[in-house]
Amino acid sequence: MKALSQRRRHPLAAVALLLMGLLLTGGIYAVASNANQAKAQTTFSAGDIEEGEKLFVANCATCHGIGAVGTADGPSLIGVGAAAVDFQVGTGRMPLQMQGPQALQKPVQFTGEQIQQMSAYVASLGAGPAIPGEEELDLEGADPAAGGELFRVNCAMCHNAAAAGGALTRGKFAPSLEGVSDKEIYEAMVTGPQNMPVFNDANITPEGKQDIIAFLNIIEEQGSPGGADLGSLGPVSEGLFIWVAGLGVIIAFTVWLTSRSS
Amino acid sequence: MSSSAAGQQYQPKTSVGRITNFVDTRVGGSAIVKEFGRKIFPDHWTFMFGEVALYSFVILLLSGTFLTFFFDPSMAETHYDGSYVPLRGIEMSMAYASSLDISFDIRGGLFMRQVHHWSALLFVAAVSVHMLRVFFTGAFRRPRELNWVIGGVLLILAMAAGFTGYSLPDDLLSGNGLRIIDGVVKSIPVVGTYISFFLFGGEFPGTVIIPRLYVLHILLIPALILLLIGIHLFLVVVHKHTQFPGPGRTNDNVVGFPVGPVYAAKAGGFFFIVFGIIAAISAAFTINPIWNYGPYDPSPVSAGTQPDWYIGWVDGALRLMPGVLGNFPFEWNIPFPWGTNTLSLNVLLPALVPAGIVFMLLFAWPWIEAWVTKDRREKHLLDRPRNAPTRTGIGVAGVVFYCVMWAAASSDLIATHFMVSLNDVTYWLRALLFIGPVVGFIAARRIALALQRKDREIVLHGRETGRIVRLPHGEFIEVHEPVDEYKRYKLVSFDSPEVLSAQPDVNGHVPKTEKRRAWASRFFFEDRVAPVTPAELEQAHSHGHHGEVASEHDKAAISSH
Repeated sequence: MKALSQRRRHPLAAVALLLMGLLLTGGIYAVASNANQAKAQTTFSAGDIEEGEKLFVANCATCHGIGAVGTADGPSLIGVGAAAVDFQVGTGRMPLQMQGPQALQKPVQFTGEQIQQMSAYVASLGAGPAIPGEEELDLEGADPAAGGELFRVNCAMCHNAAAAGGALTRGKFAPSLEGVSDKEIYEAMVTGPQNMPVFNDANITPEGKQDIIAFLNIIEEQGSPGGADLGSLGPVSEGLFIWVAGLGVIIAFTVWLTSRSS
Repeated sequence: MSSSAAGQQYQPKTSVGRITNFVDTRVGGSAIVKEFGRKIFPDHWTFMFGEVALYSFVILLLSGTFLTFFFDPSMAETHYDGSYVPLRGIEMSMAYASSLDISFDIRGGLFMRQVHHWSALLFVAAVSVHMLRVFFTGAFRRPRELNWVIGGVLLILAMAAGFTGYSLPDDLLSGNGLRIIDGVVKSIPVVGTYISFFLFGGEFPGTVIIPRLYVLHILLIPALILLLIGIHLFLVVVHKHTQFPGPGRTNDNVVGFPVGPVYAAKAGGFFFIVFGIIAAISAAFTINPIWNYGPYDPSPVSAGTQPDWYIGWVDGALRLMPGVLGNFPFEWNIPFPWGTNTLSLNVLLPALVPAGIVFMLLFAWPWIEAWVTKDRREKHLLDRPRNAPTRTGIGVAGVVFYCVMWAAASSDLIATHFMVSLNDVTYWLRALLFIGPVVGFIAARRIALALQRKDREIVLHGRETGRIVRLPHGEFIEVHEPVDEYKRYKLVSFDSPEVLSAQPDVNGHVPKTEKRRAWASRFFFEDRVAPVTPAELEQAHSHGHHGEVASEHDKAAISSH
C-alpha cells in the first residue's frame, strides 16, 4: 500500500485510475450483458461443425467469404449465431437467388440436418443467438394482450397492426406474419434478418417475445370476427371494395330498374 | 280541402274514410299529393345515384342511432374487461372500450357498426358519382347553378361526417388520422398552434377531442346535411328534373312517369334494395376491424395506415410532397420581432392547394362555362358527354388529378402488391400528378370528338350490318342500314356552341376580359363536330349513299338477301 500511495501524485496516476475505472465498469457490463446474449448452444458436435464448414464453403462462401469473414457481396457471419443461419436457410431466404433489395422466401434448399450443420459451423465462429429451444418457445402462461401491446409498439409500424405486412423503402418490405412458425418469429426477433432490427433480450425479454408469439397465434387462429377481412389491409381495400363491388351491384340494379319502362 | 269547396260538406261513409278526411281537412294532404304526386320524373339509370346517396344517408341515421345507445364518447381511462382476449386488461379510453363492446358484447352490435361504416363509404361514393353525372351531362347549368353549389357543400359535409365518425372509436388507426390533421392545422402560419390547442383542448391528443368530434358527428353535421338535402330536393322539384334529348323531349317539358304511383313504388323498392346490398356486404365483409389496431397511443404507427377512401386524396397529396426540391427546402424558419416562426410549406401546400383547386373549380364551374359561352338560357336538356368535348376533357383531367392523389394514398400497398419500389411509385405518381391531367384532357377530348364523328357517320350512312353483298356487276359492298327516326333524333339534336369571337362593347371597344373570353371560347369550341343538318341528311340519302348502291335494281338484289 505504501508503494501505491507514494505514486499517487505520479503524472500518469489519473490516467491509470481512469483506465482502471473503465476496465472495471466495462468488465462488469460485459459480465452482466452476457446474461443478455442468448446462451450459445453447445450441443453441436465437432462432426456437425466439420460438415457444416464443407457445406458453407460450397454454398455460402461465394458471397460471405471463406471463414465467413464477408465480402463486398455479403456480410461477415462471425457472431451472427446459429439462430440466424437456421432462420435464413430454414425459410429458404438463403442461399440468395440474386442480389436485390431483399432476400425473398423460396423453397428451402437444404435438409434439416444440413441446416443444423451449417448453423453449428457459423455458431463455432463466434458467440451469437442460439436456435430457440423448448424453453424459449414455451407459451404456457404467455399473455397475448401484453404481447399485442408490445407488437403494436415495436412491430406494427412495418408489419401492420394485423401482421399483414407492409412496404419499406426502395423495394424492401416487411412480410406478412401469417403462417410463420413460432421458432421463426423468435429467431427473427433475436437475429434481425434483412432490414429488421434486432430485438435482443434487453429490448424485449424472452417472456415478452413469448407474449408476442402468443398474440400472433391468437389473432391467426381466431380469424376475422366481422367476416371476410379483405386482406387486413385497412381502408384501401375497403374503399376499393365499395367502389367496385358495392357500386357495381347498385349500378346493375339501377340499370334493371330503369330498363323496364323504356 | 278541395272536397269542401263545393259547398256541400263531404261525408265519408267508412271509419277509415272519416279518419283520412279528418287528417286531410286539417293538413291538406290531398293537395300535396295532387301537386307532388303528379310530378313527372324522367327515367335513366344515371339519375339514380342521388337516390342511392339519400338512402345510404337514411341507413346512416338508422344505424347511427343504434350505435349512440351503446357508444360512450369519453376519453376517461379504463382497463378493457370484455370478451376479446387479445386486448383484455389493456388500458384504453372509454370510447375505444365501448366500441369494442359494441363489436363483441352487444347483440348485433358488430353488424350495425359495419352497416354504419359501409353505408358511410357508399354514401360519399354515391354523392361523388352523382356529382360526376351532373357535371358530365351539364345538369349544373342555369337554373341549377345554386343546386350544384349545394351539392358541392353536401360533398364536403359528407367528408366531414365521415372523418369525424372515423375518429370516434379512438383506436390506433383513427388516432394516426387525427395526428395528421393536427399536423396540418399546426402548419398554418402563426395561428396554427393556437387553433390546434383550441381544437384539442391543449396539447394533442388531450382528453376532449373525442367528445367534441362526437357532438359534431351526431348533431351538427347530420343536421346541416339534412337541411341541405331538404333544400336540394326542394330545388329539384322547383326546377323539374333534367332529361336526355330524345323524340318529344324539349326544353319545356319533362317526359317520364309521375311520382305517384310509379316512382313512389320504385323509389321505395330501391331503398330496400340499397339497404339489402349494404346489409349483405356488412354481414359478409369486415370493415374497420378496430380490435386489430389497439387503443390509440401517440407513439406507434401501423403500416398500412390510411384514411377512409374519401380523405385518401388529401393524404396522397401529403405523401407525394417532397420535403426539399434539389436544394430548395419547403420548411422555412422566418425570423420575426417576437421570435422565429416556422412555415412548413411541405405540409401546408399539399394539404390545402390541391383540395383548394378542386373545390374552387367545382364551385365556380357553372359560371365559368356561362361566361365562356355567353349562353344564359335555361337548359333542361342534358348533354351527352361526347357532345361537350372540352367540358368532358376538363372533367376527365380533374378525375385523373384526383385519382393520382388517391392512388398515392395507397402507395405502400401498390409497392408491396406489385413488387415495385415504394420510392419509384412516389416518383411516378409525382410526375403523373402534373402530366396525367393533361394527357387525360387531350385523350378524353379526342375520344369525344371521335365519337361525335361516328355519330355523324351513322346518321348519314346508317349502321354497318356486317352483311357483305355482291352486286350483279361483281362489286362487293357492305350493307348499311339506316337508323330509325328515334335513334336519329338522339344523334342529331344537341347543342353545339360555336366559337364566339370577341364582341366590342357599346363604344366599339373590345375590353381585355372580352379578349380573354374569346380565347377561352376558341379553346372550348374550335375543334367542333357539328350535328347533321336536315339538308346534309337529305343530300346523303338522295345521292344513293355515295354510290354504294348503284341502282334500284341493285337495291332489290340486296334486300332479297
